[in-house]
Amino acid sequence: MNGVHDLGGKHGFGPVEREANEPYFHADWEKVVLVMNLVGMAKRFYNIDEFRHAIERMGQAEYLNTSYYEHWLASVSTLLVEKGVIGREELEARTKELERNPDTPLSDRKDPELLERLMRVVRKGTAEKSEPSPAPRFKTGDAVITRNWQPPGHTRLPGYARGHRGRIHAFHGVYILPDAHAHGRGRCPEPLYSVGFESGELWGESAEPQQRVFIDLWESYLRPEA
Amino acid sequence: MGSHHSEPEPWVIHRVRALESLLIEKGLLSTEVVDKVVQTYEKDVGPMNGATVVARAWVDPAYKQRLLADGTAAIAELGIGGRGGGDKMVVVENTPAVHNMVVCTLCSCYPWPVLGLPPVWYKSPAYRSRAVLEPRKVLAEFGVTLPEATEIRIWDSSAEIRYMVLPLRPDGSEGLAEAELAALVTRDAMIGVAQVPSPATTR
Repeated sequence: MNGVHDLGGKHGFGPVEREANEPYFHADWEKVVLVMNLVGMAKRFYNIDEFRHAIERMGQAEYLNTSYYEHWLASVSTLLVEKGVIGREELEARTKELERNPDTPLSDRKDPELLERLMRVVRKGTAEKSEPSPAPRFKTGDAVITRNWQPPGHTRLPGYARGHRGRIHAFHGVYILPDAHAHGRGRCPEPLYSVGFESGELWGESAEPQQRVFIDLWESYLRPEA
Repeated sequence: MGSHHSEPEPWVIHRVRALESLLIEKGLLSTEVVDKVVQTYEKDVGPMNGATVVARAWVDPAYKQRLLADGTAAIAELGIGGRGGGDKMVVVENTPAVHNMVVCTLCSCYPWPVLGLPPVWYKSPAYRSRAVLEPRKVLAEFGVTLPEATEIRIWDSSAEIRYMVLPLRPDGSEGLAEAELAALVTRDAMIGVAQVPSPATTR
């Protein structure tokens, strides 16, 4: 979707601001959000593509006015409700209850089995492996042109790279197509390539000299360029 | 857009606690799980993993060759897994002629197994929007000015492939042991927005 998350080449965000000796987390709630998302994916309530798309679906103005972990919170709560893990009403009721009585203790307990299962996922990661087929249509060095289309759903072809000429730099393997996987349309594995673009092709006369951008693109994003 | 880690509304805190308490009641979470998982991210994965890989590549040409040919396997050789150990890793080498820089314009993909949790600036709209359009200006803000003839390669992490930069080994580091070399390597150098300083300037 042509959302504000698709930031490549946009103007107006000012200099890159850095924080000296930045901590990993700026508040305890961020840690809880990170782990809740791990639970959501480890338990397969949703997948990484649904997770990313749920961030894209949050309000466009809100996206720019909130932090990374607030994006995660929006996505995790949207998906846990949509997937029926948590009821919309019970979530609203519990939130209001805690606003009234913030010191209500959690009904916590130890769960060694759950801990062991999640630590296994932490060690192993949640990334999907390359699949054996289909065979790639393009080879390294092939000239390609990216599709120029405006899908309203999830895609990983950035707006700034649509309708542009590039060259296949490398074949990565065959991976789940996010455009399908984010919308419950299955895995639809496709060959994935690193595609190199000259900066002049992407940015025209505004391009900086001697620059190339490499983007990882699925085969259905590409057409052969004669 | 500078307030990307400002204090959230108290509503956010209550909302997170509401979700946390409901997941605990449904048997899907415990505070012990939160603590242990976070501890792993804070202590066991971080830029020291990437620095170990870089230092090995600097001292061992055969390892460097394996690293550039198959990053995932060469990194696993050193026993580095951590969160996201399953991600496919590609390592790109800086040379006097080529400088590499990593970004994710669509979200904030980052090589967690080797660099740990990403800094706020990497996830900021300013970096994500500008890294692909005006990398030289961005690099200059980070204090890196490259000759015009140096090619800049930007890696936009749009899939599940994760990128790490193998920085140039600094001048004056010839006599250093592998562990001393690793201590010179910074997170920002492995993202590609900094160069590894010569040991003479850091002592």
